[in-house]
Amino acid sequence: MIDSLVHVFLVLLFPPLLLGVINKTKAKFAGRKGAPFLQPYHDIVKLLRKSMVLSSTTTWVFRLGPVVSLASILAASALVPLGNSRAPISFVGDFLLFAYLFGLARFFTTSASLDTGSAFEGMGTARELTFAALTEPAMFFAFLVLARLSGSLALGGMLRSASSIAYPVGSAAPFVMIALGLFIILLAENSRIPVDDPTTHLELTMIHEVMVLDHSGPLLGIIEYASALKLFVLGSVLLDVVLPWRFGNPLFDWPIFIAGMLGLALLVGAIESLIARLRMPRVPSLLIAAILLCGSAFIMLVR
Amino acid sequence: MLSLYLILGGLSMMALSGLPACLIARNSNTGQGLTVALFLGGSAAGLFGTARTLGLATPPSLNLPWGLPWGSLAVSVDPVSAIFLMLIFTVPALASVYGLGYWKQSEHEKNGRRLGLSFGLLAGSMALVVVARDAVLFLVAWEIMALSAYFAATAEDDKYEVRRAGWIYLIATHIGTLVLIAMFALWRRATGSFALEAATGLPTRTAGLIFALSVAGFGFKAGLMPLHVWLPGAHANAPSHVSAVMSGVMLKMGIYGIVRMSGLFVECAPWWGAALLVVGALSGIIAIAFALAQRDLKRALAYSSIENVGVITMGLGLALLGRALGRPELILLGMTGALFHVWNHGLFKSLLFLGSGAIIHAVRGRDIERMGGLAKKMPATAILFVVGAMAISALPPLNGFASEWLLYLGFFKTLESSSVTGISLAAIAAVVLAMIGTLATATFVKLFGIIFLGSARSGETEHAHDPVASMTFPMGILAASCVLVGIFPMLASPALEAAVRAWAQGSAGTLAIAGIAPQAWISAVGAGLVAATAALALFGASDSRRRARAGNAQRRGPTWDCGYAQPSARMQYTGSSLAQTLVGLFSFALRPKTTPTRAIGHFPETAEFESAVPDPVLDRIVEPAFEAANRALPKIHVFQQGQTHLYILYVLIVTIALFIFGGLGAGL
Repeated sequence: MIDSLVHVFLVLLFPPLLLGVINKTKAKFAGRKGAPFLQPYHDIVKLLRKSMVLSSTTTWVFRLGPVVSLASILAASALVPLGNSRAPISFVGDFLLFAYLFGLARFFTTSASLDTGSAFEGMGTARELTFAALTEPAMFFAFLVLARLSGSLALGGMLRSASSIAYPVGSAAPFVMIALGLFIILLAENSRIPVDDPTTHLELTMIHEVMVLDHSGPLLGIIEYASALKLFVLGSVLLDVVLPWRFGNPLFDWPIFIAGMLGLALLVGAIESLIARLRMPRVPSLLIAAILLCGSAFIMLVR
Repeated sequence: MLSLYLILGGLSMMALSGLPACLIARNSNTGQGLTVALFLGGSAAGLFGTARTLGLATPPSLNLPWGLPWGSLAVSVDPVSAIFLMLIFTVPALASVYGLGYWKQSEHEKNGRRLGLSFGLLAGSMALVVVARDAVLFLVAWEIMALSAYFAATAEDDKYEVRRAGWIYLIATHIGTLVLIAMFALWRRATGSFALEAATGLPTRTAGLIFALSVAGFGFKAGLMPLHVWLPGAHANAPSHVSAVMSGVMLKMGIYGIVRMSGLFVECAPWWGAALLVVGALSGIIAIAFALAQRDLKRALAYSSIENVGVITMGLGLALLGRALGRPELILLGMTGALFHVWNHGLFKSLLFLGSGAIIHAVRGRDIERMGGLAKKMPATAILFVVGAMAISALPPLNGFASEWLLYLGFFKTLESSSVTGISLAAIAAVVLAMIGTLATATFVKLFGIIFLGSARSGETEHAHDPVASMTFPMGILAASCVLVGIFPMLASPALEAAVRAWAQGSAGTLAIAGIAPQAWISAVGAGLVAATAALALFGASDSRRRARAGNAQRRGPTWDCGYAQPSARMQYTGSSLAQTLVGLFSFALRPKTTPTRAIGHFPETAEFESAVPDPVLDRIVEPAFEAANRALPKIHVFQQGQTHLYILYVLIVTIALFIFGGLGAGL
């Protein structure tokens, strides 16, 4: 019960901190002092208080987009196990719902961006839809590997069996491969470098940022929060794969989980500082690499 | 037995519903009202009868006297038939109500009565197809269905495009029927009768051949690639409520055929299921890529029907694989998923086709690149269309997700076995289904976004408005059922489980869906999602009202276009550019034709760019083949002189040749 409360508490409050850590890391790499860790919270609160400017082209779809996407990512967050908590909602086949909830969010964010009738937002939508068609198969291959290894068809079992079952050494390689694949998916789905640059200033080169160009005030605040939440949720899936150790003791497991998430944010920040964004036509190659990694991991298991 | 009479009476009433209108003046709407009333009466009777059969332990059946020397008039309604009957007795009825506003008799004096007649015959013959238990009766019903669909789809036969699409359909459907005749002939040879009853002990090769022929013959009707040649053209050129019935219901008759025939064999080989999985997966992925590349709204919907038929076929493949491997849970999940998707596709695809009719009615065209901003002019249609678009993209909490979820679970269940082939096939199927899902989302975001959102791309949308109530009401019912079935999928389980048991002949065991697929959770999360969205949206609305009172209201301004102050509708992203990167990724299969002219120099001449995605089979294989035949065959004209005595001579020669041939045969 307490674990479920911690779960909900972390899901609601923790995500913006990840953005703060990423930004701080990037600032340190650049030799700057950087904004405080809690800056994203201030930003979101400020946005929620501001008034809104709506494009006169838009309809209810534009306003509903961020709301549905937040609702569906929140629903997805209830399906992932975190730290010492098995997910509050866990059932056979929940991982499919998990994947399709992100699809629901995508349907509405892309529709909302098309609602503005802007060519730039159209470009962002086209890229988002294209890259999603490549990350999804990789994700399902990863699910196949996890389901095969754990013998479970619920996200809780798929991600958590690693601690209870002693896997043969042979399954280490598939684990490493899907961890890499999931990391690429994480970067692509959250529009981080090398797929997209969240700080770019040129509309032509953006993906996620260009789709939300016209959102302002509370709607933008919801979008910022939802994207932090998405990073948190996908990050916790990855963390469950790479950190399979559990002590069964909340005093150990929760700190390990939080430290892991912060480490992940540090890693993302370091990558953003060290490598450049890929040219747009090269991005599919990276995503196909993710498919190949996860697909080969599965082939190694079937043999 | 009463239920069977109700069904037979209902289907005859539907079939003949268009007759009285033929006696009434062509410029009055009375006849059409009468037709729809009869049609609804027939549907209600049929639906009531079908519902009554669900509780029966043994399927009611009847063998009536029959004048023909072969076959018999044997009809029966088992749970498998009931599944399809429920679709046949609902969707066409809604479409016929829709026709009251969409195809008004007084506005279509030339073809309204003919359309009413053929539409009724189409629905009635489909019902006869699924209750027939004799190959000859089945073929008769099948042929009436094919022909009435032809007459319904070619209502506007003064247009060249419509006639052409009609001819292609007519040829394709008859090739399919020929294959079916061959299949039933083999069946008769193997079992000794035309009766469609379970048979055991057939030689493996004959059984395999019958199965393969049935997949090919019914595949023409279902639109499995590469047998889909007739489908996009016929669906695009038919009146929209006819397209809705053709896509939502008639394609499923092909699926019904495959289900019925595969259910007649007690033994089946593993390759049957594997073949269906592969065919379904290929159809699904290629067709959805084509749907994405279309700029004609109805062609896009038609290709997406091929995709959904592919998904259903994958489910059938899984169920057959489960039977061959003796795995009841695969049979249950695969077949329930497939039959459930038959229903769901019937609901959301007819919703989308009816929606396309409303759009076409409003803007007088099917080209989405000339639409835009319709959500403001047609708010009700926009909401109904978006429900259909989300359902077909298999997004929770709608019905498309509910059925694909069962299929996914089935594919993932194969992981528990140790058979390498089974695992790798299922793995590929799951990943293919995931890819189909994202491409479907892309396709329908494109259709919804380009048609309804942004600003108008041409003057044609200027006078667009929501259609009359007789058109929005049927769409509303379909949309509401999509939501209802999506949130409460377990409502459908009893009927589906009964059908799977009837099909599997005991090999499905006593498993229940609730035991292997916790649908209650899907309802819980779906309802939660709806509640959370509604709560957030209501909070947002009240918040903005509060701000407005505090003098901090929302402001309206132009869309941000990077500082450019005069954004115009022509600067919007088009549907083709939206799809272009994805089409590029699939160019190996789509082979888009582009004719670019490069802009050269500092002051280039006017540059043009054109791109199109022709159908791979129809435009690249079938048409060239038919044209080659057209060039080669005139040489036979020598024999066709138009003189009666020559023809009598031919008859004489052939008769003598047959005598000689027969004599030789007897002598040897």
